[in-house]
Amino acid sequence: MQVNNSNEQVKIHLGGKSIVGQWAIKLLKPLVFIVCLLPLLRAALLFSDSVNPIEFITRSSGTWALVGLLVTLSITPLRQITGWSRLIQLRRMLGLFAFFYAVLHFVTYIWLDQFFDLNAIVNDIVKRPFITVGFAAFLLLMPLAITSTNGWMRRLKRNWGRLHRLIYLIAPLAVIHYLWLVKKDLTQPIIYAVVLAVLLAWRLWRRKTN
Amino acid sequence: MLIRQPSDILPSEITPKSVFLNRREFMAASAGALLLASEASASLKGVPSRFSTKDTPSSLKEITTYNNYYEFGTDKSDPAENAGKFKTKPWQIVVEGEAGKPRTYSLDDLLKVAALEERIYRLRCVEGWSMVIPWVGIPLASLLKQVEPNSRAKFVSFETLKDPKQMPGQLSRVLDWPYREGLRIDEAMHPLTILAVGLYGEVLPNQNGAPVRLVVPWKYGFKSIKAVVKIRLQESQPATSWNLTAPSEYGFYSNVNPAVDHPRWSQAKERRIGEILKRATLPFNGYADQVASLYAGMDLRKNF
Repeated sequence: MQVNNSNEQVKIHLGGKSIVGQWAIKLLKPLVFIVCLLPLLRAALLFSDSVNPIEFITRSSGTWALVGLLVTLSITPLRQITGWSRLIQLRRMLGLFAFFYAVLHFVTYIWLDQFFDLNAIVNDIVKRPFITVGFAAFLLLMPLAITSTNGWMRRLKRNWGRLHRLIYLIAPLAVIHYLWLVKKDLTQPIIYAVVLAVLLAWRLWRRKTN
Repeated sequence: MLIRQPSDILPSEITPKSVFLNRREFMAASAGALLLASEASASLKGVPSRFSTKDTPSSLKEITTYNNYYEFGTDKSDPAENAGKFKTKPWQIVVEGEAGKPRTYSLDDLLKVAALEERIYRLRCVEGWSMVIPWVGIPLASLLKQVEPNSRAKFVSFETLKDPKQMPGQLSRVLDWPYREGLRIDEAMHPLTILAVGLYGEVLPNQNGAPVRLVVPWKYGFKSIKAVVKIRLQESQPATSWNLTAPSEYGFYSNVNPAVDHPRWSQAKERRIGEILKRATLPFNGYADQVASLYAGMDLRKNF
């Protein structure tokens, strides 16, 4: 009860029609945009110095696609915890950045890693489970990216929300993709799995309590 | 009073000019001296071998900063970062088991077993990348012959040092330490199989398995065990680390074979470090002429 009260107060303070909240989000947006580009900048700087540059770019783009998905999924809990509803305005950009890094990851694989060897690619998708789920996650992400515009939101109405619930399938697939490709030391993928589990558990818990 | 900062002194003012001009030779010589513990030994140059490939060797940077050596961490950059303080001296290798003259070798002893050779070998990692490495070493067969294997010696097992204080990767249980590997006796006695103590004419860097490692060039890299402390001749097939960890993925033989995929990686092609396009992987990593006969009549899909 008390928690709810304080949430309400924060909402009045930061969200709603307050001018401070409007300005804060206007400042935050370009800042988040720049932060989202930093991994790309880092990769561009380290790429040529890397012993195995193709592996490096594959790994880092994959990592940031996954991080992007998890950050996008954390917007709703953050909103609910802080009560600052304007945070939702960052979600589309974050989601599209996740998609951007996923595209980079996919293109690196198709182009630099396999060099358009269709036979090898199809073999990989069919024979290697981690590539199968990674490919599936990428395919499922595409309609979400395409329908991220205001126009599509209007056209799809309630179905937009239904469609974008695919993220609850995509994010676990992405984590499984990472988990299955690791040869032995599972520490990193397990960290992502735990973060994802917390983000999903939060939603279940909210649904139960509300 | 003006107190000069130490940084004002250029290293070139401290190091005698003749020495810093010849820094490379100087370092090689002192490293060699360290290894041999004898006053006037030169660098670890070996005589060129007819077994060397004509492929262009990978750069020293590539060879020494891109390593799978889980004793020092699971990232490929970890060994170069964490192995610097690893103590390779004094070092002993116990050679025991089914042998007439089992013996413990110091590194000095080892270097007297046979003349050092430079062996430029291709290295193919199970993960789908490859390098070309100019090792300096001795044939393993020379060592094994000295201890006189008896008729029960069918296999050779190898162990890496276990010392979590020096090898921080051993604090985590990614593998069942110490790292273990093994060969059949005919594989171990094959002239291509060497114990390497050097790289690029100098003492083997720690991240590459110093002070002494196995190199079996027709097998995937993980068979070539590093920092060897024990070699045991035995009648039964030894347990090996990766096979214990994931038997469906890593077999005992692990011969490079483009026709048999690893569950995670197609083995048909490989990326030579430094190259963009992949190249076709050759059976037995290109050493088929020399070693294919060892496996005559064996099903290499089953004995992967």
